[in-house]
Amino acid sequence: MTELALPKIDSSILNRKTEIVKNLSKLTNRENVLNEADELRPYETDALSVYTQTPLAVVLPENTEEVSEILKYCYSENIKVVPRGAGTGLSGGALPLQDAILLGLGKFNKILEIDYKNKCVVTQPGVTNLGITHAVQHKGFYYAPDPSSQLACSIGGNVAENSGGVHSLKYGTTTNNILGVQMVMMDGTICRFGGKSFDQEGYDLMGLICGSEGLLGVVTEVTVKILKTPEVVRAALIGFPSIKEGGDAASEIISSGIVPAGMEIMDKALIEATDNFSKAGYPRDAELLLIVELDGTASEVNELIKKVEAICKKNNCSSLKLSNSEKERLSFWAGRKAAFPACGAMAPDYYCMDGSIPRGKLAEALLEIKKLSEKYELPVANCFHAGDGNLHPLIMFDGNDKEQLRKTEEFGSEILKTCVRLGGVITGEHGVGIEKRELMCEMFNDNDIQQQLSIKKSLDEKNLLNPGKVYPILRKCAEEGRVHVHKNKDKFPDLPRF
Amino acid sequence: MSTKIKINSQIFQDSNNVYYPKDEAEVSDLIRELYKQDSPTEIIGNNSKNFIGNKTQSANTTSLSKISGIIDYRPEELYIKVKACTPINEIEKVLSENNQELAFEPMDFGYIKDGKSNKGTIAGYLSCNYAGSRRFKVGSVRDHILGFKGVNGKGDIIKSGGTVVKNVTGYDLSKLIAGSFGTLVALTEITLKVLPKKDSSKTVIIYPNNFEKIYDMFNKLSSSSSEISGAVFIPEHSNDNDFSDKRNTVFKFNDLKSNVSFVAFRVEGDKISIEEKISNLKKELELNNSDISILDVYQSEPFWEKINNLEVFEKTKHNLIRMVIPPANGSKLCKYLENSHNYFIDWCGSLFWIEVNSKKEEKIKDLKKMANDFGGYLTVIKTSSEYDYGEPIFTVDKIRLMISEKVKQSFDPKRILNPGKMYRGV
Repeated sequence: MTELALPKIDSSILNRKTEIVKNLSKLTNRENVLNEADELRPYETDALSVYTQTPLAVVLPENTEEVSEILKYCYSENIKVVPRGAGTGLSGGALPLQDAILLGLGKFNKILEIDYKNKCVVTQPGVTNLGITHAVQHKGFYYAPDPSSQLACSIGGNVAENSGGVHSLKYGTTTNNILGVQMVMMDGTICRFGGKSFDQEGYDLMGLICGSEGLLGVVTEVTVKILKTPEVVRAALIGFPSIKEGGDAASEIISSGIVPAGMEIMDKALIEATDNFSKAGYPRDAELLLIVELDGTASEVNELIKKVEAICKKNNCSSLKLSNSEKERLSFWAGRKAAFPACGAMAPDYYCMDGSIPRGKLAEALLEIKKLSEKYELPVANCFHAGDGNLHPLIMFDGNDKEQLRKTEEFGSEILKTCVRLGGVITGEHGVGIEKRELMCEMFNDNDIQQQLSIKKSLDEKNLLNPGKVYPILRKCAEEGRVHVHKNKDKFPDLPRF
Repeated sequence: MSTKIKINSQIFQDSNNVYYPKDEAEVSDLIRELYKQDSPTEIIGNNSKNFIGNKTQSANTTSLSKISGIIDYRPEELYIKVKACTPINEIEKVLSENNQELAFEPMDFGYIKDGKSNKGTIAGYLSCNYAGSRRFKVGSVRDHILGFKGVNGKGDIIKSGGTVVKNVTGYDLSKLIAGSFGTLVALTEITLKVLPKKDSSKTVIIYPNNFEKIYDMFNKLSSSSSEISGAVFIPEHSNDNDFSDKRNTVFKFNDLKSNVSFVAFRVEGDKISIEEKISNLKKELELNNSDISILDVYQSEPFWEKINNLEVFEKTKHNLIRMVIPPANGSKLCKYLENSHNYFIDWCGSLFWIEVNSKKEEKIKDLKKMANDFGGYLTVIKTSSEYDYGEPIFTVDKIRLMISEKVKQSFDPKRILNPGKMYRGV
């Protein structure tokens, strides 16, 4: 959107492009190295499409050994590398750099082993999230994390971002659902963390890699846990006359001891938008819509449904519908799942934010967002994973209007600062990428960030792997006064600042 | 008085030369000073699990036991934030008052240490990352840590995570801290995810007669949509009378034949769904009523406590091994252990607790090789008095050791915190 600070371009690398492409072509099939302008165009951006950069070249290796050789070469020649999965990330984590090669894992698209005895699937990282479930569902199993992009996003990208989904409260995010990874470090070292057994001993390096946004290594194989599909899944669609009453009901469901499989909240703006778009049959008079999904055995679900019903009635719900068939349950979700395209139909562009807040602060957060919407004169619709506190305000704007672009970015930034102020965080599941880099100082102080940078330095000493992502560029952070820089001297002068 | 003077005048110390910092700032001051002096320290909580791991080689001991107390408990937000050395018993008590619990079912290593209950502190427990019987269903300790604060090896106070379950802001250092045996940070504050307690539980006991059957059962149990929350196999031991006697005493319940091998699985939930699940599982496992016995909630709860207290190995003088492998290889391991080792299996076939009587560490070497070949690992949790540490007590390969050294360096460049507790050089 606004001008983006990126790591200093190494012109010597740009000047050596022909030689680099030639050398890369020796490490994989020639056709796996793309360097013509029209070949590079599809890789200029990920799903945060307001930022574009043309990479030096794109390399699409076919196996782990090739990844290792490519990284080893780049390491010895000081060439930056940006890894990329399916390119569905919303925070610009896979944004190319002009002097970096873009390492696409798209050819790693095979499931290697389905092991029902050990309840796991060994897969290459380019397989889609939903592809894993499709491979095992005929035997009644599934892979639990379900980010909304699950049809397109790759499992490798899920590992990089520690992706969640609507079922995170009960079933966890990616980090809780993988057993092992194979990874290549920037110097070409191939390593394996975990496997098919639980809880690797020693430092939980798999836990460190998960959510590290491609800064510490390139994942070339993932072993994921698969779960048995629940016997019964039912959903309730509940309308409330006010945000407070709906929010209170959601909190009460949790504090009563129920752990719903999924619990979603939509505000009035989104109810109308999605109902117009998908004709989901949502209660249009409601100020707030709550979808609660419960799973388990038949009697367990019946019992839980009764409890949810009682809590919602106590909190003055204006409508309450229970799904009586799988078709009906899916229809309840149809509108919610169309939230993004519905906003897309209402304005030329929309900007999806991704903060997390304590559940009980929902009413306060929505009120604040409403005020900000008035201040910036930009409409906003809100959906909220009420189970796990993940808030997704969708700001609608016109990308061709530079002033609106600027205002949208400021609005988004203020929303995330509000999340932090309410006890939450700046990103629940989309990652920091380039989008929220500068907001890291809202959550972390200098010591916290330096510790993370020390880890980065210890595993990628030359800072060649996905540089410029996640961590604030010093200048901006210092401008915001969050990092104390005295006479331009950093507290840790031995550390590179990315 | 400056920290340096305080340290030198031993104001922090008791007669055993142990430092007792009172708060985070004092921990930071202390470690900063030790960093300056290049003087490593052992980090301890209340000593319930300090027998696990290598002996640290350090001139100092820092006890974090005074950093204790609940900071913020929000039942409706499903989290509790505590000071690092808050006793697990205290946390479980306050959660229980709100019908909540730590779902990873903290174990009690006090029984194997000296025969007395001692669950220790949450910091100690997190540093080991050894979850109880519910692990295969709900995840390990590391899956329930939302955030932490602590002091790294340079004396800097650092934090990571927060109080919300969905958080991908920066590296997930909480995972790294879990199971790090105090070698990366001295913990000062921990935020845990808490979950509602189940209304009730029942345990079904089956008496199978061969290993294939046991693993077939484990496989069916973990593949069922009628979820179970615990599954163990307790073998009969005919050649070690002392152990057999112990086993029979520990598992003396009205509705359990403890003198033969048995599989026990736990079903939790409301009373109606427990009955429904048991009925479904009986069908799936093709069990008749005559094949099984059922422990009601009054027997079921103490049964799982005994499992998680490792009571059959109470005060063991031998080496006690914790081995985790993919369950599909479990029956092979059972055959190897049959009649030669005292052991039992937890986590629906994945976790083996094995007592190794032999004084020779060769036996442990053999088991470690087996663990590696099976795609798992082992840890020598308790060593016999003859153990000479010729065979490392942790399992690690060269590359992971190399990366672990780098990670250690990034937190603790001078190796001030618990040096050598896990691996030499880390």
